[in-house]
Amino acid sequence: MSTTNKKVQIIANLVMICATAFTVIPFLLLFAASLTDSTEIALNGYSFFPAKLSLEAYAYIWNEKQQIFRAYAITIFTTVVGTTVSLLITTLYAYALSKPSFIGKKFFSLFLLFTMLFNGGLVPTYTMYTRYLGIKNSIWALIVPSLLMSAMNVILVRSYIQNNIPLSLTEAAYIDGANEYRIFAQIVCPLSKPILVTIGLFIGVGYWNDWTNGLYYVTDNKLYSIQQLLNNMLKNIEYLSSNSAAMASTIIDVPKSTVRMAIAVVGILPILVIYPYVQKYFVKGIALGAVKG
Amino acid sequence: MKKIKKTIPIYIMLLPGFLYLLINNYLPMGGLIIAFKDVKWNIGIWNSEWVGLANFEYLFKTPDAFNITRNTIVYNIVFILLNLVVALLYAVLLSEIKKKICVKIYQTVIMLPFMISMVIVSYLAYAFLAGDNGLFNGLLNNLGRDSISWYTEPKYWPVILVVINCWKSVGYGTVVYLSSILGVDQELYEAAAVDGISELQKIRYITLPMIKPTIITMMLLNVGRIFYSDFGLFYQVPMSSGALIDVTSTIDTYVYRGLITLGDVGMSSAAGFYQSIVGFILIVLANWFTNRYSKENALF
Repeated sequence: MSTTNKKVQIIANLVMICATAFTVIPFLLLFAASLTDSTEIALNGYSFFPAKLSLEAYAYIWNEKQQIFRAYAITIFTTVVGTTVSLLITTLYAYALSKPSFIGKKFFSLFLLFTMLFNGGLVPTYTMYTRYLGIKNSIWALIVPSLLMSAMNVILVRSYIQNNIPLSLTEAAYIDGANEYRIFAQIVCPLSKPILVTIGLFIGVGYWNDWTNGLYYVTDNKLYSIQQLLNNMLKNIEYLSSNSAAMASTIIDVPKSTVRMAIAVVGILPILVIYPYVQKYFVKGIALGAVKG
Repeated sequence: MKKIKKTIPIYIMLLPGFLYLLINNYLPMGGLIIAFKDVKWNIGIWNSEWVGLANFEYLFKTPDAFNITRNTIVYNIVFILLNLVVALLYAVLLSEIKKKICVKIYQTVIMLPFMISMVIVSYLAYAFLAGDNGLFNGLLNNLGRDSISWYTEPKYWPVILVVINCWKSVGYGTVVYLSSILGVDQELYEAAAVDGISELQKIRYITLPMIKPTIITMMLLNVGRIFYSDFGLFYQVPMSSGALIDVTSTIDTYVYRGLITLGDVGMSSAAGFYQSIVGFILIVLANWFTNRYSKENALF
């Protein structure tokens, strides 16, 4: 019995080590490539074990830091504002729907659910936002379209409230003279903290990683988020230097192939740093979403 | 009267979400009429001429219509099946491993790609596939073989896209199935152990049957979305290369290209309408099956 058990342990661990390696390898290649000397890359291409290391790519990026810092500032702003507003309107809608009965409850429920089944798609959405709401090239273009509220999140919060906050508690507060807004702010929100942290993280990562809104609605490079900046640099590596004022006077040779990898490292680093601390909430959120999918 | 007064705050709380859904989700549904018009922006959508099904006729006369439908559906089927098999394998193995710290490390790592944007994934793919100094061509050259121009050779892309999709999303499925396995009553395993059941039999006769509802629910959710594709995977990762269009074009990339790159609103809106309607029917059907199979997992 114990020998088969040992065998199982060894096989299971071996397979999972391979799976883990398969996941990590692309990241290792990216890091190694970003630290490689550019002459070395010209000779041998990207590799896991560069013969000659160099920080020239990072030095180059540091020279162009203004644009990158600006893009990070835009991303941080949209993530913070987007997540906050999204959590607020999601929780308000969810709390209202958690009420046992009121006139129109069925309508508001269906109004929400139907958005999970049917949508107008890109052409009408794009047309409306650009031609009728004039959102193009404004910071709102990165915050409002498609990301602000999802029916799924409302459903998750609503069932959390229904299952964890006893009706008697809010009723008692009501009888004691607290109005609905106070009950919401002082009882429901604090007691819903676990679910709000979980979906807040999903929403936040959604904003941080979003590049489609930028692609559709933003052409002004002052409003580029970090994802959009990365996206443009993948297509056009000279992007950074072509936008810097110093370009005209000092035409430095862009170490293209390494800068490309270094800029991607700059793009993922914040996620890698924060990820180990928040991953347990993700596991919780995923399990929750699948159960109530 | 008192009741209505009590309800007013509820309506006020619903209002912001209601307005957002109205603008972001419901107004564009009305915009679907663009598909039946010859839109001239200078006179607006309302005043543009109705053309009936002309846009659809154009669309379905081109080989594109078949191509994008096939690509969207076939890729999705392969993704769904492969992700199911690999995620189940990972989940079962993780549930077997005794050292909890190892489980935690494996799970944390394989979920990492789930957190990364498709733009970053494009960079990672580029490090392997770049024509002049990508890792693959370096290896080929070391073996004395010629470089391959990956971004212009369609035949490799079905495999590349499937591998990348699996890499990116298998962690999600693994977490779902693992949490379902961990929810299985441990007494079942203990009773089976007394009967001297083997590890494989344990998986075959206890674990898999017990998590079948989760598997079916996940399948149905995915099947309901079979007419939609990951725009980033099919547009960004192949770097929107024109040479690859036959194998990388899906309904979503087609709509985007038509609208933004080519400015062909007629075709683009017809393709989008087609996606909305068929997608709607598929989601409703999938949900109908879910409802029959496990009521608590159905959307409505």
